Amino acid sequence: MTTAPEFTLCEQLIVAASEAWRGNGELVATGIGPAPRLAAGLAKLTHTPELMMTDGEAYLVEDPVPLGPRGYDDRKAAGYLPFSRFFDAAVWSGKRHAMVTPSQIDRFGQTNISYLGGSYDQPKVQMLGARGFPGNSICHINSMFVPAHSKRVFVEGEVDMVSSVGYNPARRTPGVNFSRVDLRLIVTDLCVMDFGGTDNAIRIVMLHPGVTFEQVQEATGFALEAAAEIKTTPAPTAEQLAIIARLDPHGLRAGVLKDNPAGKRS
Amino acid sequence: MNKQLTIEEFVASLKSGMTIGIAGWGPRRKPMALIRAILRSDLTDLTIVAYGGPEVGMLCAAGKVKKLIFGFVSMDAIPLEPYFRKAREAGTLDILELDEGMLQWGLKAAAFHLPFLPTHVGLGTDVMTHGGFKTVQSPYDDGEVLLAMPAVKLDAALLHVHRADKLGNIQALGPDTYYDEWFARAADKTFVSAEEVVERMDHSYPDDARANIVERCFIHGVVEAPLGAHPTSMPPSYGWDMKHLKSYADSAREDGGWDAYLADTIGADEAGYLGRVGGKDAVAALPLPIF
Repeated sequence: MTTAPEFTLCEQLIVAASEAWRGNGELVATGIGPAPRLAAGLAKLTHTPELMMTDGEAYLVEDPVPLGPRGYDDRKAAGYLPFSRFFDAAVWSGKRHAMVTPSQIDRFGQTNISYLGGSYDQPKVQMLGARGFPGNSICHINSMFVPAHSKRVFVEGEVDMVSSVGYNPARRTPGVNFSRVDLRLIVTDLCVMDFGGTDNAIRIVMLHPGVTFEQVQEATGFALEAAAEIKTTPAPTAEQLAIIARLDPHGLRAGVLKDNPAGKRS
Repeated sequence: MNKQLTIEEFVASLKSGMTIGIAGWGPRRKPMALIRAILRSDLTDLTIVAYGGPEVGMLCAAGKVKKLIFGFVSMDAIPLEPYFRKAREAGTLDILELDEGMLQWGLKAAAFHLPFLPTHVGLGTDVMTHGGFKTVQSPYDDGEVLLAMPAVKLDAALLHVHRADKLGNIQALGPDTYYDEWFARAADKTFVSAEEVVERMDHSYPDDARANIVERCFIHGVVEAPLGAHPTSMPPSYGWDMKHLKSYADSAREDGGWDAYLADTIGADEAGYLGRVGGKDAVAALPLPIF
């Protein structure tokens, strides 16, 4: 494997995010948004070929579907997983690992995509609603991708409307089986974090080249823990960059991070 | 037995205050011709149940909705539905916000005449807190505590499909039929608009019976409405009209934007609607969306 001469930070994050699915085996890898979707495709095409994936509509594909405009019939179906079977087959069964971009994340890994500010009866900013987040979070593995690490996303208190289950002891209703709650990675434009801290606290496991722990802490609304050994996020290989380019022929990844900064080698 | 209705007969069979489920998913396969008939009527105080798309925004903008029970409201490529958002931020809507899976589970409970169905989903979140859901304990050795998702009973359900016959046999083609069958089975009366209504399905399309997503005993009225999903998608026949949806969304930012959309686009009758949105050839040729 050779290291490519030039790459963007976004491509570096896509490579880091693809690690979330390593060794997951036969489950549906869902990446919501361009970078998580490219990361899922990269995972399937490199280290974890057993992963399952949809075309974003109703079919399971073995070749990840490239982003953006293409011929409708270009993707070839290997299986069938319409929305009408999604809860039965992928979500409630636990056969899925989704990577999503919530609007807010708190210290417990609880997230919000429903509304910001105000109240349930009159939100200040209405967003999508909780969508499938309550079910996803209590049934299957989840990871997160945050393109702009800030205190607006990583909030100080609890998120405004808890759309997904995290590790908040105050919300662990007695007698409920929370054993399938399984939060894995948070990949941001500053670092990679997991839930391996004290009582599943969020901790930094990898810093992107040139980023310090203090800098990440400063951009986070709650205290972060540190892994015993914090690694430096690796540069993508030429092979990984070629796969990303093939899965994103229209270059939509250039719009994921503000100003599409260059990546750095450690 | 003849279940065919005119669109006027359909809308006359609804009443203010009803709970109405709308099938489809976001901007996909929505019974928009039926929705437009409701928008032109004096029906009001409706409780709407949906995986919502533009129909939810339109009904909110027109002041038809008292309460909304939803898994989400989105137009996909336009993620936030502007009129739904306005109504929410004005605090004028009663709502019950559900997880997507909880909604279909509540429809299934209603279809099976059960008071509730148990699930893990919603536990530990504010969907539970705000929705006022109760829990049940498993009577078996595991003793697990579960959320009891109450039946979501519908007075009426509205679907749009490719084909129907006068007996109420329907066929929905395309790769995904979402939870349409459960909306139909959860409802006292289900009204279906169809691209084409034939005398007898077995005489016209006997080879496509697997597209009969719900049995005719659950179908009470069929209305012929060619291109009746516009501006939402109707695969494999035609795609969504994103240009139209964008101008609809933009209207929410203009003073009197909704009134203008209602008068100039929804208009006085369905007969002229397709002409007002570019003509039936243009709508029929809308490409299928790429994901």
